[in-house]
Amino acid sequence: MALELNETLQNTIDGLSDKFTDKLIEVYQSTGDTFVRIESDALVDVGNYLKDDHHFVFLTDIAGTDRYTSDERFEVIYNLVCLKHQTRLLLKVRCDEEDPELMTVSTVWPSANWMEREVYDMYGVRFKGHPDLRRIFLPEDFDYFPLRKEFPLLGIEGSIELPNTTPDTD
Amino acid sequence: MKLSDIQSKVNSTFFKEHQKKLYQSLEDKHTTIEQMDDGDPLSSKMILNMGPQHPATHGVIRLVLQLHGETIEKVKLDIGYLHRGVEKIAENKTYQEFMPYTDRMDYLSPYSNNVALCTAVEKIANVEVPERAHYIRMIGCELARISSHLLWLGTMVMDAGAVSFFIWTFKEREKIYDIMDRLAGHRFTVSHSRIGGVANDITDEAMGAIKEFTQSFPNELKDYHKLLDRNRLFFDRNEAVGVLKTKDALAIAAKGPVLRAAGYAYDIRKFAPYARYDEVEFGVPTRLEGDNLARYFVRMEEMSESIRIIRQCIDKLPKGPVRTDNAKQAYPSKDEVYYSMEGMIHDFMMTDTGICPPEGAETYHAVEAPKGELGYFIQSDGTGHPWRMKINAPSFSNLQVLENILDGEMVADTVVIIGGLDPVMGEADK
Repeated sequence: MALELNETLQNTIDGLSDKFTDKLIEVYQSTGDTFVRIESDALVDVGNYLKDDHHFVFLTDIAGTDRYTSDERFEVIYNLVCLKHQTRLLLKVRCDEEDPELMTVSTVWPSANWMEREVYDMYGVRFKGHPDLRRIFLPEDFDYFPLRKEFPLLGIEGSIELPNTTPDTD
Repeated sequence: MKLSDIQSKVNSTFFKEHQKKLYQSLEDKHTTIEQMDDGDPLSSKMILNMGPQHPATHGVIRLVLQLHGETIEKVKLDIGYLHRGVEKIAENKTYQEFMPYTDRMDYLSPYSNNVALCTAVEKIANVEVPERAHYIRMIGCELARISSHLLWLGTMVMDAGAVSFFIWTFKEREKIYDIMDRLAGHRFTVSHSRIGGVANDITDEAMGAIKEFTQSFPNELKDYHKLLDRNRLFFDRNEAVGVLKTKDALAIAAKGPVLRAAGYAYDIRKFAPYARYDEVEFGVPTRLEGDNLARYFVRMEEMSESIRIIRQCIDKLPKGPVRTDNAKQAYPSKDEVYYSMEGMIHDFMMTDTGICPPEGAETYHAVEAPKGELGYFIQSDGTGHPWRMKINAPSFSNLQVLENILDGEMVADTVVIIGGLDPVMGEADK
């Protein structure tokens, strides 16, 4: 499918394919948004490049997804905004089901701190080099990652072990 | 303060691991700063736990503050007390079924939340929305913005010490609730927007109430300005408190009025206009100071801009249907459902299967909610349920700002700074 890119995105994609030829996996569009998927080991370099050379200074959101039953099960999507040219770019990386780990981008965009904690909390994807990798919503004593597809929506009492929430009992 | 000292004093009885790691992370913050008075027996350091149940935190948020005298040395936030797992719920509901849940996210401006979800689904499923519905949505969104900012104004001024002000802003909020009642049939959780349009047309009664409000509200706003703009006490509490520099605001992704008060005019209504915001005139109030007072001015000006938008929408409001007439994309009108067989089948199909975006489609769509950029990232697997729905909540980002700007402030200013950032925990905790 032919891509319809504006000038900024075209420059960015050209720059990326020049500089990171081996690392760029795919560029595609869906409902008007542009997605770029890269190799996970080049994440920080690409991040720095996008921030320094193409003004993608504003990281608004990080979303994790569970591609259940596919290879490279977890996908993390970085929602980047170029304020100078009013453009949005979604950067994707994937990681394996076994021991999912990615490099942190909180060194590039400090706002990634809490957003990565949220991905960790929900999917169990760990971020190497993260300054404070704790769960953000759920307590540390909770052993599961609830947004993984195998986690049930409805609980059956006693089916999984949950941390104690009443102060007076053990 | 050493972790072992904290541990010996705090005797956690439940969520032990959680408490331990939280205090550990507080200790680890800014480890580069030399602890000057480590062995000082007269050390006035203490750990203060504020919340999760505290009247000034606007919800269930817990702050762990390390104090040195009255100064905050460092702070860690503990959120998640209102976590209901709405993203997990979304994966098990049809798009329309999930819409009422968005009312409970940012419960101070439900209308914007409904519109945010519906516009995102319309983008991914390629649904056309009639002109009139766009304008009704804009009126609703701007009323929600005023309502949300009024609550912020009342509580923030109350946090700064003036209690009666809270009652005055709530008098105006009550009028907006009445308008919502006439417009949507509900006062609080409106659920008025539908995928493909809105639930019902604006009635004459609602229109009259909105017109009356746009007449009377600017005068009220003038009174608020008269009371606060030159108020020495209010200035002393807010000026140079909780300062956020433009560079830092962009780096830690402040959203909405917090970012605009720090000097960057990032507004989704201008950045990527949705509905018909490109056809109305309005300004994006921006300040450079980045302190609490700047946030006050930005939000006050936003309210008068909202009134301006509503007036233009009323003037421009085109005639026509309020929901798309395509049974595959939106609910049919109740007239059809009750009086024709096809209508009933379509209604049943929409409830049972819902709207099915193309398989593999992904989209991100954001609107400018009162708190900032509210975005929905949706991945579809071709069924009526989203495969993944990620909510980009502005309050979540703004709470991260809070963790960064509280260091070095006075403990008495904590509540004013929280009030100035205006977080809603229902949204931040998802």
